[in-house]
This record gives sequence, structure tokens and C-alpha cells, in this order.
Amino acid sequence: MILDGKCPTGPIEKSWDKHRFDLKLVNPANKRKYNIIMVGTGLAGGAAAASLGELGYNVQAFCYQDSPRRAHSIAAQGGINAAKNYPSDGDSILRLMYDTIKGGDFRAREADVWRLSQVSNNIIDQCVAQGVPFARDYAGYLDNRSFGGAQVSRTFYSRGLTGQQLLLGAYSALSRQIKAGTVQMYNRREMLDLVVVDGVARGITVRNMVTGEIESYAADAVCLATGGYVNVFYLSTNAKGCSVTANWKAAKKGAFFANPCYTQIHPTCIPQAGEYQSKLTLMSESLRNDGRIWAPKKKEDVSKLPADISDADRDYFLERKYPSYGNLAPRDISSRSAKEACDAGLGVGPGGRGVYLDFADSIKRLSEDTIRERYGNLFEMYEKITDENAYKRPMRIYPAPHYAMGGLWVDYNLMSNIPGLFVLGEANFSVHGANRLGASALMQGLSDGYFVIPYTIGGYLVTVKPGAVTTDHPEFKKSVVDVKATNNKYLSINGKKTVSEFHRELGKVMWNNVGMARSKESLNEAIKVIPQIRDEFWNNVKVTGSGTELNQQLENAGRVADFLEFGELLARDALHREESCGGHFRVEHQLPDGEAMRDDVNFSYVGAWEYKGNDKEPELHKEPLKFETIHLAVRSYK
Amino acid sequence: MSDHKTMTLTLIVWRQKNANDPGKFETYSAKNITEHHSFLEMLDCVNEDLILAGKEPIVFDHDCREGICGMCSQVVNGAPHGGQDRTTVCQLHMRKFKDGDTIYIEPWRARAFPIIKDLIVDRTALDTIIQAGGYTSCHTGGVPDGNAILIPKPIAEEATDAAECIGCGACVAGCPNGAAMLFTGAKVSQLALLPQGKAEAVARVKNMTKAMMECGFGNCTNHYECQAACPKGINVKFIARMNREFLKAQFA
Repeated sequence: MILDGKCPTGPIEKSWDKHRFDLKLVNPANKRKYNIIMVGTGLAGGAAAASLGELGYNVQAFCYQDSPRRAHSIAAQGGINAAKNYPSDGDSILRLMYDTIKGGDFRAREADVWRLSQVSNNIIDQCVAQGVPFARDYAGYLDNRSFGGAQVSRTFYSRGLTGQQLLLGAYSALSRQIKAGTVQMYNRREMLDLVVVDGVARGITVRNMVTGEIESYAADAVCLATGGYVNVFYLSTNAKGCSVTANWKAAKKGAFFANPCYTQIHPTCIPQAGEYQSKLTLMSESLRNDGRIWAPKKKEDVSKLPADISDADRDYFLERKYPSYGNLAPRDISSRSAKEACDAGLGVGPGGRGVYLDFADSIKRLSEDTIRERYGNLFEMYEKITDENAYKRPMRIYPAPHYAMGGLWVDYNLMSNIPGLFVLGEANFSVHGANRLGASALMQGLSDGYFVIPYTIGGYLVTVKPGAVTTDHPEFKKSVVDVKATNNKYLSINGKKTVSEFHRELGKVMWNNVGMARSKESLNEAIKVIPQIRDEFWNNVKVTGSGTELNQQLENAGRVADFLEFGELLARDALHREESCGGHFRVEHQLPDGEAMRDDVNFSYVGAWEYKGNDKEPELHKEPLKFETIHLAVRSYK
Repeated sequence: MSDHKTMTLTLIVWRQKNANDPGKFETYSAKNITEHHSFLEMLDCVNEDLILAGKEPIVFDHDCREGICGMCSQVVNGAPHGGQDRTTVCQLHMRKFKDGDTIYIEPWRARAFPIIKDLIVDRTALDTIIQAGGYTSCHTGGVPDGNAILIPKPIAEEATDAAECIGCGACVAGCPNGAAMLFTGAKVSQLALLPQGKAEAVARVKNMTKAMMECGFGNCTNHYECQAACPKGINVKFIARMNREFLKAQFA
């Protein structure tokens, strides 16, 4: 099937304004008749629930944490982009769009990216009005910093806490609506099924994580704002609770999963210290504004103290290879360069998994106090984890899975191929193409939540009669029965391996075969091994306790079971995409200098997969990508 | 791995099946722990052993494991988050302990935070306080340009100091009165400092303090345990500011 993104036509500059005018409106008096389910309350879901509630809709919002304030958006450190051009350094909406399309290696939709760039400016205004304390200069104006993949300063920030401050802004707006009664908040609930009636999304089934009760909720539209899936690698920068479960349940009910192979490996994370490790911690990309990345030139130097390696024996490899962007080259390029250095035996620290991020020159130029003011909390966090003082010796960093550009397929209205199912933020595939630029995730989450879905969902709702289906419908009953049966299955296997053991095993397969450098052999290997792990899981997992109480093993079993199915899809997508683009690097497809080689003739499309049943091959659907404003070009950061 | 030194520790952990169970301490042994383990990774290891032995693992709240989401909440050896300066328990590392140590692990204990299971407590009271007024009542859209209202850097910085609160509740757990004054004071102060929050400052401080009392939190008697327990180092001066705002509000 050829998919249609239903993008507006005509001049790109007018596309969103024209589309908003063309959308039908829901009469203010009728809005309260509509129920909307919002799963996930991070930047996208929290902002959307607050905005929709304020418009007058009845919103039921769900999150697995004990409070919406804890969503993993909170961990984003560096900043949020906007095309304000306050520094007058040449920025514009068009340039932000261009940088985003190019950064994504020409695998995103132009109209969506234009819209994102256009509303980026509204986001900053909105957050300021909420009392988000952005960094300011002494005159009181908003301050900017630079981020990877851009030659302008367009990143707004609040210390190294930007995600936290923006999320707390959305959380405060959401709290206001909860108080007003327009949003009903359900904490500690995990979505375990999407209920589809006659091809239309009508509700969800969730597990109450405190009582174990399986509950159903019906609505006129269901929105998933459930984040990304890179915990499929086990070790990632995501929170422990982040999973593909909500998205995968929707995929199993017919929603197409787009570009799952586009995963981002972030270059600046704290290296793994041991096998027991449960997660990896990111050091914000903003550090690359003032830190210089290097590895020793000689293998015999890798175990020396960094201070004992002379400047001449250091390879500042990003500055050498990409002189115009230097240490601010995009993430995929920076990560691969670091991996190349380590693969060549030039890595530092435990297991040779690390390169240096060095602040000595900046401290000399600006003073230690200035660096502390800019990144103090990051240096503190680094010291807590590694017991090393990064003011005195360079940080060690290594790439780690960080973000999923892929996600459920959506059209321009953020609606999936299932009518009534909308997907927001990282959970959808829409704007980042094959690679996301720094400070763009927060921008997308808030754009979708504050400024896109409040308009586009109305265009759908006017076409449906409110309250047409209730939880009395047999599909809801069936969903509850199915969810209970699956949970009982986990509890009854009583095998010999813990859920985490399976997760770690899957993670190793994914990292080694479907990580930063993928080949036909490695991917085929993954496609062979993952079903074996899956089979063993269903015969040998051990989950203690019962389903009628708080049971973290049971929660985790469900998430890992879904990763064990989804990981295979990710590998299949990576195998089919016979090109290198952005975060997807196939060793067979590279230019002589090792740069990614895209194949625009054969692969300039969104690959959206339709689930066909367990152990059956999924079916690929394509949405061709057209580039009318930004011309296809080889991405170069040299 | 550069060093292979491992530690064996004795854990004395609060186990409580549910809100109605009286609960009791149980003793466990944590083996093969290195200095690089985080505290929660140490507990993960203990739990893996318990599961394989067919026993119920210890449940505890956690999520980001990088000290920002505020989900983790354990009293370690009597101190919320373990007592390391400005550190959440997920960021506490085992290098702070010695081989052979005995470690007591308990949940937050406060009237407003009923225990759900083992080390997990119900902190919805903190959400209730925010819902009472921890926001500016701006609409989505229809707001002025971000630079239309200038905010001097020192004011923005002080507001950020207050805004760093992660809402974990350690301040309540550390306070002998189970007060949430630091939590509430931080939000009241952040919004009272900023021009965007001033319009509603009077109603906000009244409503938030009222919600705080109704939720069963105690009052401040200047022990400063909250500041000592706070993993973000939120300063008690924000309690003083809230008190000033509260007094002002009585005459507004």
C-alpha cells in the first residue's frame, strides 16, 4: 500500500496556516461531549492534555509513574530550539527547517518540519508565560547557546535542566486543568491494550499498578504520547520504565510502525562500568560547546593519565574531520567517529570504551567559574557516577542508545492509519527523519502537544458522534480477558531465568548486531537469535508474586515480552533499508571516507510495517518523500 | 574491569505487603557488590537472587536513575536518599560503603505519605499542593513574546534555584514534623519571583498552604532537616520567602 501523509499542498510558508483554516472546528458547546484519552504525560502528552482540557474537552490522562511530573522528558538537559533569531545570527523558520531536514538526512516530511519550525517560537513564549525560568543575560533578555548540526545560536536553556523545567511547566498547566476538572488523571496505570471497534480506536485497557486490577476506558479518540523504545538495547539513557509496550500493542491492533531502524546513539554518555549496570547516563550535548573531544593517537597512550599525553599525541578527531562544525557535528556522525576510534584500539577507560571530552582549554579561556555556571550540575553528576573531577581531568564519554526517531506512522494530523488513534512526541515518527538534532526533541514534544493536536484532533472529532461506544462493548470485554490471560501466563511459567536476564540478553544482541554499524550478516543473525530468546522467555521466565497486587516483575515481564517481538521488527527494517542514512549505518553502504551513503533513488520513503501475527513476516507499506523546498543533497558537515 | 574488589553487605529492609499490613524489617545479604554499583543496582542484584530463590523481591520506586525524576525514595541508615550531599538514592554509589557494613533501608515515613508496599509510598499529596495553585493561569497560545518582559539575571537565577525541586518528598521524610514547607515554599517562591507569577501570588500562597495543611503535612519549626535531605540543595530561605508571601497575602 502507498501511504498518504495528507500533507497540505501549495507554498510551504502558508501550509500550516492554510491547513488550520481548512480544518473543521468543534463548536465550543459541543467540546465537553467528547472524551479524549491521553496515554503518557511527558512533554507531548502533558502539554496536549492540558491544552485539550482547557479547550473544553473531557480528557482522561494516564501515566505509569506516581505523578505526571516524572515523565522521562524531565531528563533532557541541554535545551530547546526555536527560530526566534534573537541573536540576529542568520536564523529563520526556513533555516531551522533546513537544518532539521538535513540533520535528519532527508528522511522526514517537509510539511511536518516546516510546521515544527514555525511553532517553535510560540513554544518559547508559552513556556516563559508559565514561569519556566530560562537562562537570561544581565539585561534580562533570553540567552541562547549552540547545539550540534547548526551554525546559529538558537537553543534556549535553563542550566542543564531544560527538560525538567519545560516538563514542570507542562505539568503545572496540566495540574491547573486537573483542579478545574477538565482532566481526570490516572497515575500508576500502564496501558496494555488498544481497543479497536470496527476499525476505529475507541479506548484502552490498563493495569492499575497498585491493585493489579485490569481496567477499561472508552473515548472518542485515543492519543499515545508514550515516548521511545531504545530500551530495546537494555542499556540506554532512557528511564527504566520506558518501553515500546503501548506502541507495540497499538501496532498489534493494526497501527503501522514507521522507520523502527532509525535509532539515535548519543555520543556523549558516561561509559559503562560493569555487567550489573542498569542504565547509561547522558552528558548533555551542550557540553560540546566548550569541551573538545579527543582520543590518543598512539595505542600505547590509552592507559596513560590524560594529562601525561601531550597535545601533539592527541587526535581531536571531530575538529580534524569536520573543521566547519568541529565538536558540534551531528550526533550520528560524532558517535560513529568515537566508535571508530575505540574500534581502532584507541579507546580509554574500562574496556577501552571511551574517548575524552576535555574542558581544559575552555577553563583556561573562560575560567572554571564560568564553566561551573554553565554546566555545574552535569559535572556534579559525572563525579557522582565516576568519582572523577572533570574540572581537573577530562570526562570519558562513549555513545549510548538515546532516542527513537522511528515510531508509529501518522499523517499530517498526527493520526495513525487507525482512525481515532493519534500519536504524539517521540512515539510517532514524524519530524526527525533518520537522525534527530540536539534540542529538537523538547521542541517536537511541545509542538505536538500545545500547538498541533489541539487543532488537528478537532478535525477528526467533528466526524464522529460522541460517546458512540462504551466499555460495555464486547471488544472491551475481550480485551480485558486477553490482558488477564497474558499476565497469568507470565506468572505461570515459573522458569529459571529472571526477566532482567532476558532483557540483558536481548540488549546484547541488539547492540552488537543492530547498533551503530549494521551489516547484512549481523542483522540476519539478530533475526535468527531474537526468536530463540523469545521462545526461551515464554518457557523459562520466572515471575514471582501475583497479578492482584503491586508486582514490578510482572510489569517488567510485559515490557520485555514486547521488546522481544519489536526488536525483530527493528532488525528487519534495518535489513530491508539497503542504504546508510542518519542513525542507520549499514557498513555495506559507505563512501570511501567512511561517510554514510544514502540511496535516494530506491529508499527515499518512509517504511511503515504492518503486523501480521506472531512469527509471520510483517508487511511493508511505503510513503514516498518529496523534497520541494529543500533540495536533496549529500549531507556534509565538513 | 580495572578492580575486582567486591563487598558483602548486610541489608535490613522494611517489608510491608500492602497498606494494611503492619510491616517488619527483614535481613538480606548483598554479595559481589563493587564500588561502581549504584545503590539501586546493588538492590537489583539482591532482587535477582531473591527471585531465583522463589522469594518476593523488594519493591522500590525508581525510574530515571539519574537523579532528576524524583521517583526514588528510600531512607538509608536513617537519612533520606542516604545522606550524601545533594544526591538522590539512585545516584548514591557503593563506594560510599565498606565491606561488611550493615545498611538499614526504609520508606519515606510521613503521615501524608501512606505506604503502598515495601519501600513505595503514595505521594499524591504533593500533586494536590501543586494543583491548588502551583502554576500561572496562562492559556495555551495568546501569550506575549518571550522577551516582552525582561527578567534580570539574578532574579531568573534565584527562581531557577527554587525550580530545581524534583518533588521527591525527601524534605518531608527528613522533617521531624513531616512538613512540606520546603516543597511548597520552592514553588511559591519560583512563581513569586518571576513577573509572570506575580498577578496570582496572593491567591497562590493562600491556596497552596491551605492544601498543604489539609493533606496532613506538619508545620515548620526550623530544624532545617529538609535542606539537609534535599538532593537538589533547595535552600530554606524559600520557606522564609513563602512565609513573607503568606503574611503579605493576609493584608492584600
